[in-house]
Amino acid sequence: MDLEKIKKYLKEYSGPELKIMEVCGSHTGAIAKNGIPGLLSDRIRLISGPGCPVCVTPSSYIDRLIQLCLTPGTCVVTFGDLMRVPGSRMSLQQAAGMGGRVKMVYSPMDVFPLAGREPETCFVFAAVGFETTAPVYALMVREILEEGIGNIKLLTALRTMPGIIDRMCAAGADIQGFLAPGHVAVVTGSRAFEPLAAKYGLPFAVAGFTGPQILAALGGIVRTCEEARKGKAAGRVMNFYPSVVTREGNEEAQALVDRYFAVSDAVWRGMGNVTGSGRILREEYAGLDAGSADLTEDHKINAGCCCDRVLMGKMRPSECPLFQKVCTPLHPQGACMVSTEGSCYTYYSNHRE
Amino acid sequence: MLQSGMITMEHGSGGQATGELIGEVFASAFDSEVLNRMEDSAVVPGSGRIAVTTDSFVVTPLVFRGGDIGRLCVCGTVNDLLMRGAVPRYITCGFILEEGLEISLLGQVVKSLAKTAREAGVEVIAGDTKVVEGNGGLYINTTGVGFVPEGVDIAAANAKAGDAILVSGTMGDHHAAILAERLQIQTEIESDCAPLGEMVRGLVEGGIRVRTLRDITRGGLGTVLKELAEASGKCFVLEESAIPVSAAVRDFCGLLGLDPLYMGNEGKLAAVVPAEQAGEALEILRRSPYGSGAAVIGRVEEASENAKAGELLMKTPLGGVRKLTILQGEGLPRIC
Repeated sequence: MDLEKIKKYLKEYSGPELKIMEVCGSHTGAIAKNGIPGLLSDRIRLISGPGCPVCVTPSSYIDRLIQLCLTPGTCVVTFGDLMRVPGSRMSLQQAAGMGGRVKMVYSPMDVFPLAGREPETCFVFAAVGFETTAPVYALMVREILEEGIGNIKLLTALRTMPGIIDRMCAAGADIQGFLAPGHVAVVTGSRAFEPLAAKYGLPFAVAGFTGPQILAALGGIVRTCEEARKGKAAGRVMNFYPSVVTREGNEEAQALVDRYFAVSDAVWRGMGNVTGSGRILREEYAGLDAGSADLTEDHKINAGCCCDRVLMGKMRPSECPLFQKVCTPLHPQGACMVSTEGSCYTYYSNHRE
Repeated sequence: MLQSGMITMEHGSGGQATGELIGEVFASAFDSEVLNRMEDSAVVPGSGRIAVTTDSFVVTPLVFRGGDIGRLCVCGTVNDLLMRGAVPRYITCGFILEEGLEISLLGQVVKSLAKTAREAGVEVIAGDTKVVEGNGGLYINTTGVGFVPEGVDIAAANAKAGDAILVSGTMGDHHAAILAERLQIQTEIESDCAPLGEMVRGLVEGGIRVRTLRDITRGGLGTVLKELAEASGKCFVLEESAIPVSAAVRDFCGLLGLDPLYMGNEGKLAAVVPAEQAGEALEILRRSPYGSGAAVIGRVEEASENAKAGELLMKTPLGGVRKLTILQGEGLPRIC
């Protein structure tokens, strides 16, 4: 179907209300940037899910990074997004202001020259991310081991998508279809979502990140839902990003991740412990871990913060009582307002309602 | 001789070393009669409505693709004067030098500053040099003075419903060039830092009834236009597809998860002019070597239910509408 036909179809849809969750934070951003909500029928509602790695990291993880950066002889190395995420008492940025050593980088591999120049300092990399980023951390571990580097460690908060989607569906989420994360699917393959589609009888559409790609995937989901009302099975995975996503995914990257990281339970901010939804360094490489295993505590800095409900798709950011009032990107009360991929940040900065 | 050494605390003593530094690095580059008098303050002619602006420049690296801190400080200062319709005349420069700064690098920056001042038609009439402990850094504070011709009234609140919104070229070049240098990413992107006098003179002398001018610096186009919408109490509506962004900057931003609409320039302006003069204004901008990429990007609308006062709306190529706000925090790269 060409773009104009898809736009017309989505605008004129008049069936029962459909709630479609975009799981990936990059999709949340792209939807706002393209003004997509305004192109849809008011019977189609897009809901932002837990797909921003920074937003789902529990406060105890931030607290641990802060403790590390304030420890003499230790430097925390991180991507920029994590700097302003509130821990239970402060953010990494505030800890840096108190004399903590934090170095912001744009690629995990930037840690190697740092560590080479300062052999007496222990560099702890804040390894946060989904399936997309995990292979890079695996490459990092491989290099540490092969080069026998003794002063780089990882504090991991690695999360995987199928586990959390399963948790949401099992908890009875009112969602009729998923816009599946394109970048994650490049690594995992579209097949990663097949068991979920079958188990819950819901359509999953793997989508790219341009406006037309997102609209095409939404069109696929809506059409599948309409067909389901005529008796056809809705539980299937559609690939609307075939230029880079295959059913099998990048098997080399998958093997690399498996080699160094084991599947683990993981705590998600506001959602608690989710079985099998994380990755952690395998036992034989535990020496490289800066203490990731026991970071289960999660603490709200503002009792009114609804990040947990926003992440689960139960509430729109604009429905949170703190949104835009006390919670803004400059004074975030919860992680979703910090990262440029967070739902609250995207809604705020684009006035999405 | 001096040109080969490094700045030491002695250069800030006010004694002989300071004198040598000023003589060899500054006086020779500026060659200004007013400066050469070495008086405690400059006394210069001028009358009428005076425009004054001040700014501090702290950029690293000091030299970057497309410019350096010397060129930048002149452009930033004269452009601020120009945006009120003033004709820039004088500029002052206070230099704060860190110990360890290469004097040859200082010389290069000062020569570039002097050359840009000549291009922009301003005279450097006062200066100061201080030395502080540090690590080879260099900061410049400037004050610019200009005169506003009779009858010129260019201000943020002047936009009227129906007016056209123009920009003088591609967005984000300076910011992207600096970021690329700092991240050591190899790109073709050059800073666009340039004095905009020719363009502004062209508009004013060409009879364009310019309502508002803004140079699109920190915060980028999104921030600048949102501020203008608020100041005028109108709604600004943009066409995303009309906003010029070079392919290199677009790719660079895509790579780092940045938005060119929130990336600063140092040689681009936004102009609000009456719709019937938009075509003429566009031609004037394009005649300047720094305005060849000028474009009409949107228009000013009266506040209504769908386009509230002070809002900045952008029509996306898909036909959707995105509401823009001012830049939030710093543009940090994304992580996945």
